[in-house]
Amino acid sequence: MARKFGAADFYSGLVLAALATYIIVQARQWEYLGPDGPGPGFFPLWYGIAMAALSGVLVLSSAWREKSAERVEWQKIGRALAVWFALAVSVAALKPLGFVASFAALTFFIAAVMYRRPLALAAAVAAASAAAFYVLFPLALGVPLPAGVFGF
Amino acid sequence: MEILAGLMQGFAVALQPANLLWCLVGVVLGTVVGIMPGLGPPATIAMLLPLTFLMNPAGAMIMLAGIYYGAKYGGSTTSILLNVPGESASVVTCLDGYQMARQGRAGAALGIAAIASFIAGTVGVLGLMLVAPPLAKVALSFSSPEYFALMALGLAMVVLLAGRSMVKALLAMLAGLWIAGIGTDLFSTTSRFTFGRMELLSGVDFVVVAIGVFAIAEVLANMEAREETRLLPVPKGLRNLLPTVQDLKDCRFAFANGSVVGFLIGVLPGAGSTIASFISYGLEKAVSRRRERFGTGVVEGVAAPEGVNNSETGGALVPLLTLGIPGSGTTAVLLAALVLWGFKPGPLFIPENPALFWGLVASMYIGNVMLLILNLPLVPAFAQVLRAPAFVLYPVILGISIVGVYSASGSLFDVALLAAFGLLGYVMRKLDYPAAPLILGLVLGGAMERALRQSLMMSEGSLSILVARPISAVMLSLALLILLIPLFTKVNAWRLRALDS
Repeated sequence: MARKFGAADFYSGLVLAALATYIIVQARQWEYLGPDGPGPGFFPLWYGIAMAALSGVLVLSSAWREKSAERVEWQKIGRALAVWFALAVSVAALKPLGFVASFAALTFFIAAVMYRRPLALAAAVAAASAAAFYVLFPLALGVPLPAGVFGF
Repeated sequence: MEILAGLMQGFAVALQPANLLWCLVGVVLGTVVGIMPGLGPPATIAMLLPLTFLMNPAGAMIMLAGIYYGAKYGGSTTSILLNVPGESASVVTCLDGYQMARQGRAGAALGIAAIASFIAGTVGVLGLMLVAPPLAKVALSFSSPEYFALMALGLAMVVLLAGRSMVKALLAMLAGLWIAGIGTDLFSTTSRFTFGRMELLSGVDFVVVAIGVFAIAEVLANMEAREETRLLPVPKGLRNLLPTVQDLKDCRFAFANGSVVGFLIGVLPGAGSTIASFISYGLEKAVSRRRERFGTGVVEGVAAPEGVNNSETGGALVPLLTLGIPGSGTTAVLLAALVLWGFKPGPLFIPENPALFWGLVASMYIGNVMLLILNLPLVPAFAQVLRAPAFVLYPVILGISIVGVYSASGSLFDVALLAAFGLLGYVMRKLDYPAAPLILGLVLGGAMERALRQSLMMSEGSLSILVARPISAVMLSLALLILLIPLFTKVNAWRLRALDS
C-alpha cells in the first residue's frame, strides 16, 4: 500500500520543532552550571532538546504514515473558529466597551448567527445574560468586571 | 485510634452549616456538570476556582471535591437516557444502561447506578482515610531526588495512558513544562521566555491555561455541530427508580469489584476513571454466569462501571494529598487550587492541616449520602438540564470563564491569553494532542525543576544522585520502562487496544 504524507502531524511537528529551537537558543544564553549548581538554562535546555527530538520523530513518521481516510470537516471547524474569532473580538472590546456590552454582543452573535435564532429572541437572551452577570458578579458578589466607556 | 480521632475532627468541620452548604452546592453542581455532555469537571472546577479565593479554604475544597465526585454520579444519567456519556468515565455505562432504558427499565438502571456509586464512593473515601496518613509518613523520608523521580514517574504514567500517540503526549507534556518555565527564575532572578512583556514576569497563571484548554476548548468543540438531544422518558416517582431485590443480588460482586478496582486504579497516576471503568466492566463480564448477555441491558453492566468511577475519586486523592502528585487533569486543577490557597500538598499536608484533610474526608462521606438522596428521587429534575438551550448555555460558560480569569488577576492581558489558550486547546483536540499531559507538565514543571536543581546542588552537579538512592532509582527506572513501552510490540498493542476500546 502506498504511504502518503500526514499533513496535520507534519505541520504541527514543524511548529513544535520551531518552538524547541527557540527554547534551546534562549536557554543557551542563560547560565547552564554555576558554582551553586544548575543555572536557569539547565532545565529548559534539556526539555528543549527532548522537544526537538520528539518533534523530529513526529515530522519524519508523518511522512511514512498512510493518509487517513477520515475527511476533515472544514464546515464544523469553521463554526468553531467563527465562535473563537467572536470571542477574541469581544475580549479586545473589553477595554473600550466594558464586559457587559462586549459579552452581550458575543451572546447575540452566538444565538443569532451560530444558532440562527430570531433576532428579537437573540437580543433578549443577550440582554438578559449580560444583566444577570452584572447583577450577580459586581453587585451581589463584589467581583469586579472590566468597565468601559459606559461605566459598566 | 488516630484515624478515629481525625475523623471526629473532620466531621466537626464538615458538619458546620456553611461547609454543609458548600458540600451541597458542590455535589449539585457536579451532578449537573456530569449530566451535560461536553462540560467536564476539570473545566467547571477551573472556571469556579478564581471565585473561591474569597472563600474559607475548607469550604472551597469541600465544594470543588463535591463537583469532582458529583460529576461521576451525573454522568450515568446521560449515558442511560441518551446513550451519550455525560462524562468520559461513563462511556461503559452506555453499553447496558441505554439498553435497559430502551427496555423500559431506565428507572432501575438509574437507581442501581446511584446505589453502586454510593457504595463504591464510600469505600473509596474509606480507602483514602486508611491509606493516605501512613503513605504520607513514608513519604516524609523523601528528599529532592525522590521527588524529582516521583514526578517523572507520574508524568510518564500520564503520557502512557493519555492518548494513542505517546510522542504527541510527550510533546504536550514538554509544552506544559515550557509554559511553567515562563517568568522569573526564583533561583537566579533571570527572566525567561517573557518576550519582553512585563505581564509575563510573574509567569502564566495556571487558571488561565486550565480554563482556556478545558472550558473554552470544550465550548468551541461543542459549537461544531448544532445537535438536538433526544431524551428517553424518565419514570416519575421513587418506586420506579428503585431496583428490584433480584437486581441488587445480581450486583453483589459488581459493588465489590467497582469499589476495589476503582480505588486501586485511582491511586495510580494517569490511569483515571475511564480506564478503571473498562477494567471493571471486563472483570465483571469475565466472572459473570451470563456473560453473553452483557451489552443487552444487564444490571451488573451498569453497577460495575458506575461504582468504579466513584471509588476512583477517593484513590486519586491519595497521591494528590500525600505526595503532591496529581494523576489527571481534574486532580491537577485541585492541586493548583490548594497551592493558590497557600497550602503545600505533600507528606506534611496532613500533619500541618489536619482539619482540612479530615474535613474533606468527612465531607465526602456526607456528600455521597447527599448524592444518593438527590439522585434517586430527583433524577427526572436533573435530566431537565439537558433541555437547556445551547445558545444560552455556551455564552454563559464563556462569560464565567472571562469573569473567572479577570477576577483572579484583574488583567486584560490574562483574558487575552485565555482566548489564545482556548484556541490552543481546540487545535490540540483536533490534532489528537491530549490536554492532560500539558496541564500536568504545567502544574509539576516548577516543582520538578526545583527538585532537580536542588538534587544537583546536593551532589555538586553530579546526575548520579538520581540513581544512587534506591527509591529514586527504582522510580526513574519504572518511568524509563514506561516511556520505552512503544518499543515492545505486544505491550504497546495492549495499550492501544485499551485506549481504542
